[in-house]
This record gives sequence, structure tokens and C-alpha cells, in this order.
Amino acid sequence: MKDFRSEIRTRYSINGLIMFIIVTISIIKFSLGEEKLSNELQAGLLWIIIFFSNSSGLSRVFVAEEDRGTSFVLKLTANSRAVLLGKLIFNSALSFIINFVVVFLFLVTMDMTVNSTGLFIAVVIIGNFGLTAVMTIIAALISKSNSKGTLYPVLSFPLLLPLLLTVINATWMSFEGTSFGEVSAEFQILVSYTIVVLTASFLLFDLVWND
Amino acid sequence: MAETPINPLPLSLEINKLKKNFDRRTIFKDLNFSLSNRDSLAITGRNGSGKSTLIKILANVLVQTSGSVDFKIDNKPIERSEYYKYIGLVSPYLNLYDEFTGYENLHFVSRVRGIPAELISNELERVGLYDRRNDPVKIYSSGMKQRLKVAFAIMHQPRILLLDEPTSNLDAQGVEIIDRLCEEYKNQNILIIATNDEHERSLCEKEINLNPPNGKENH
Repeated sequence: MKDFRSEIRTRYSINGLIMFIIVTISIIKFSLGEEKLSNELQAGLLWIIIFFSNSSGLSRVFVAEEDRGTSFVLKLTANSRAVLLGKLIFNSALSFIINFVVVFLFLVTMDMTVNSTGLFIAVVIIGNFGLTAVMTIIAALISKSNSKGTLYPVLSFPLLLPLLLTVINATWMSFEGTSFGEVSAEFQILVSYTIVVLTASFLLFDLVWND
Repeated sequence: MAETPINPLPLSLEINKLKKNFDRRTIFKDLNFSLSNRDSLAITGRNGSGKSTLIKILANVLVQTSGSVDFKIDNKPIERSEYYKYIGLVSPYLNLYDEFTGYENLHFVSRVRGIPAELISNELERVGLYDRRNDPVKIYSSGMKQRLKVAFAIMHQPRILLLDEPTSNLDAQGVEIIDRLCEEYKNQNILIIATNDEHERSLCEKEINLNPPNGKENH
């Protein structure tokens, strides 16, 4: 709740993120003109925009706390797992908002056709959780370093590669009109990945959080 | 505000061979002392001797390089991850949330800690910030921010109070608040102050100096 209220008051992340999304999609649309991309390319492009939008926004939860000196307040108020859980919940909500804006603008401007809507929504939601889990723990890792801006995408990309490849493939299948049964392998990978990352995060966070 | 029990459970804080390095530089080493109920300790030393670093280690916001910090209540060891329940810290390195009011900052903390919100007003009154409770912290003066840090530190009635230069930025009334607080804590709990200020040192019964005895740097 504290992070939600802080974000409403400062709009530190939301304003910049929405501008980033609008500019990115506009540039892509102007570059493509009337040309229509294949479903496979659209799926890849959608998740590239989602990845970089989330990279811009999700690191703030820990980076801002360290930069402002407020991380001591959290360390003196709650145990480390409670802090991580709170940050995960906030980042999940923020990521949902980011992804909703991206998907909406992509649908409208890129003439995207989704033949399996339920599948598409499920992929975006589960992919969102996996993305949030990785980006939150990476944000905690890099919050104390000097070169946060460079480190964040560099560290998160290799960890996110399995997730991104899977969600891109599953998204493409939803554009094609595939049924849930045919993407069960992708769902298994996504759910397992998210569970592993979340478990590792909770086990390791105490070491990351305390200097 | 709820009163501290008249006969609180016995406390002990033991530091054994504590050492802290930053990269290759040794800040302090072979530090040993022990404290119990009603002890008050001033940590002194020249700039860079590690006073604030030691306070941060005791508050569990920084981890030592080697050595141990053992905190016990009623002879039962407290896990490091639980220290935050029993420790209050006032430090120049600690900042509260600028975008929130004084009251909102304490309200957030009270919700996380499970402290009744009714106590917030008492604490703000105690540190002389009640009239400014609805102002955002970003417009507070440095003295007011220091007072808010004190309220944050004592809200949960910690058993160990760690103060790092507590009277800095405070006016005479603020200094009086700190004096009263220290007297109160010395009666039943453990008080530790990191300072070189004569007045702050006088608030403590014991003193430890982090300067090396032969005046040479620790490496």
C-alpha cells in the first residue's frame, strides 16, 4: 500500500512509462506504414516492448529506496521476506498496468488479430508473473551498485530468455488460434519457471537485502 | 502511550571480536564489549573511526566482516532477522518518506508493526511535531525531520535504542526531548549513542573509543 500511495503522489514511474510505450509503438507504426507483420513477428515485437517497458519501471521499488535512504526504514520495520512480498505485489500490479497499456495500444495501432483470446490473456498474465519475479529480485541485487541503468537489463535478460522465448511462442500460437491443450507444454514451462524464480528469490533475498 | 513494564525481561548485548572492512580498509577490529539492562554506552572516536558503522551493525542494517553480535532477552538468543522488533535507530543515514506527511510515515510503520494507530498522536506530541503532523516531510526543517526520526525509533518501545548524533539539527527544546528520552531508556533498557559531542557523551555511563590506542590507522 505504501508503494501504491507513493506512486500516486509522485507518479515517478507511471508517467515516464506511458510516454515510453506511446513513443515506442508510434515509432514502430510509422516505420512499418501500411505493411502488416506476420503473427510470429508481432508476438516477438509485443514482448520486446513489454520487456523494455517493465525494465524501465520495475527497478524503482528497490533502487529508489536505496537512493533516498529509505531502505533503512524498511529494514528496521519488517523482516526481509515481508519486504520482498510487498515489493512483488506492487511490481505485479504495476506490470499489469504496463502490459495492459502495451497490449491495448498494440491491438489498436498494429492491427493485431488474436484468434484465441482466452489463451492470449492467460499467456500475458502468467508471463507477467514470471517477468515480475525476475525483475524484482534483480532490482534488489542492483540497487546498491553504481551502474544500475546498465546492469539491470544486462542481468535480467539472460534470466528472462527462457521465459521470453516461451511466452513469444505461446503468444504466436494464440494469434494463430491454437487451443489451450496444444500449448500445455509452454504453460508448464511458464508456471514452473515462475515457481522456481519465486522460491529462489525468497531463499536468497535475505543475503541480498542485508549488506 | 503504553508503559514499559516495570520489571522488563533481562537484556544482554554481547559483541565479540567484531571486525568491519570496506574493501581492503579495516574500519575497526577486535571490538569487544557487553551490555545489559540499564547500561548506556557512548561510542566515540574521530571521523572515520567507525562509529556510525558500528551503530548500523548493531541495528542489523549492515553486516560485520567477522565477529559476533549476540542479543538475548531473558537469556534466549534473538535471531538476527528478528532484531528489528527490539531495536530503535536514529541516524543521519535514515530518511523517512518525503512524499508522505509525518503522520502518514508513522501510520505506515504502525500498520506494518501492528502498533495501534492511536499511539501515533502521542508520539508526535512527545517529539513536538503534533501541530505539523499533516505537513509533508519534504517541507520539514532538518530539526523536524530529526524529531520525526526519534518518533519512528521509539514508537514500538524498543529494548535497545541506538542514537547516532541524536541532537544534531535540534533546537533547545529538541535537545531536552532527547535528554528525557535517554534518561527513560537508561532506567530499564540499553542505550547506545555514537557521538563526539560532550553533552551527548554525558548522557551515558560507559564509553568506548574506536580510535586505535597507538593512534595508528587500522588496516
